[in-house]
Amino acid sequence: MLIRQPADIPSSEITSESNYLNRRQFMGAAVSLGVGLVVPGAAQAGLQPDDEITPESIVTSYNNFYEFGTGKDDPARYAHNLTTDPWTVKVSGEAAKTGEFAFEDIIKGLTPEERVYRFRCVEAWSMVVPWNGIELRKILDQFEPNGNAKYVEFKTLVRPSEMRGQKGFFSNIDWPYVEGLRMDEAYHPLALMVTGIYGKELPNQNGAPWRLMVPWKYGFKSIKSIVSIRFTRRRPRSTWEQLAPHEYGFYANVNPAVSHPRWSQATERRLPSTLFAPNRRPTLPFNGYAEDVASLYEGMDLAKYY
Amino acid sequence: MKAMPLKPLLALALSAPLLWLAWLIVVDVQSPGAGLGPDAGETLVHYLGEWSIRCLLFAFAISPFRHWTGMSVWIRSRRMVGLFAFAYVCLHILSYVAWYLGFQLSALLEDLVERPYITMGMLAFVCLLPMAVTSTHAWRRRLRHNWQRLHRLIYLALAAGLIHLWWLTRDGFAELVIYTLCFGVLCADRFWRRRQTMAAQATNA
Repeated sequence: MLIRQPADIPSSEITSESNYLNRRQFMGAAVSLGVGLVVPGAAQAGLQPDDEITPESIVTSYNNFYEFGTGKDDPARYAHNLTTDPWTVKVSGEAAKTGEFAFEDIIKGLTPEERVYRFRCVEAWSMVVPWNGIELRKILDQFEPNGNAKYVEFKTLVRPSEMRGQKGFFSNIDWPYVEGLRMDEAYHPLALMVTGIYGKELPNQNGAPWRLMVPWKYGFKSIKSIVSIRFTRRRPRSTWEQLAPHEYGFYANVNPAVSHPRWSQATERRLPSTLFAPNRRPTLPFNGYAEDVASLYEGMDLAKYY
Repeated sequence: MKAMPLKPLLALALSAPLLWLAWLIVVDVQSPGAGLGPDAGETLVHYLGEWSIRCLLFAFAISPFRHWTGMSVWIRSRRMVGLFAFAYVCLHILSYVAWYLGFQLSALLEDLVERPYITMGMLAFVCLLPMAVTSTHAWRRRLRHNWQRLHRLIYLALAAGLIHLWWLTRDGFAELVIYTLCFGVLCADRFWRRRQTMAAQATNA
């Protein structure tokens, strides 16, 4: 019962530290609930035999989080200034329960589970991260979206006093950072609202106190430090779509066949990528989660709706 | 004022980024990630690209420096500065071909056709190539006044290099704005000086 490694991942592929943390987290949860826990089948879905968990030090120091600067090391350097407690989330739009909610009230009673997902950036690098989070559909259900809700839109905090990237004179991003999902995408069991990584609290540079994780889409869809959830009839226009519509579509599903004007998406560098071991590998359709999610897009021309 | 040590000082300054990079590579080989970060190839390509555009701008600034300072030693250093810039560009492209493309010719062709900023970067390189080849005294003598004409390719190379950067960048434009301003000022200086020379010639005639 306590052995939660599915047979298709050799235990040697998992670092000892994360093994240790997983076990402790798992046992802690089991003890506190006084019940046995069953790992859902989807939890480790789609992991490839050669997917090794990326070292935590890389995941917490190599980030795209332009609110803190455009350099990969800017978020780790500057995000500690961000106040994440108290954290208020505004819920609005086509739902029965709207208004301002305290973050801890939203996640109260929901136990985070661990999901090891591949994370593929549109810049052609990728990681494998043990996320701790709650299925997005469980979060959204609390607000009882109505039949008019066709999309859900998320926004990141705007607080230039703590987010130096939002002060930049030479930045042309119209803050706040906006992302969105179609409702059926948001209700897919793989879509996760993340509150931790490696069994620890989510670091600020990774999007504290909570961020989205949609493993079959490019990383920029997985919006960080969310303060607004809006249910809407009309498709939201995401930040990158506003900046460069010919490069970034709303769907942004990982797709090696759809070329990007700045990076070929056919292959990716799995980090760590070093001089003598670049660790280049082919990119998989839907980031390897096609079996789970391809049906969401049946009949759609994915070259058109990129 | 004797400005003799300028050239060796410049050589030292221009090799400093390369020496630093060599050090980072040594550190990285010893302990992967410690020198070049988790995405070593990207670090190399960006680092070398940044120093390429800086050195090219510096080479372009040499003749204005001569006019502003009145020191002809600048001109005697110009070829060296230009060749340093060319070396950075070559290493930039080599590291892109090695770590971004994995030495795959088909990937290079795809990039050249499908990604305009790559095409533009390659155009800059193609402009620099004949300049580097004809940088020797022998070539200079052989080409005579055509040499100077040929070396006006620097305008095109820098413009293409800057467009390459503008097309590549989506946010965080500060450095790019500075590079472009430098290029603009240096072009304006040349234009102004040319007009003055022409005016002087007209008066003399």
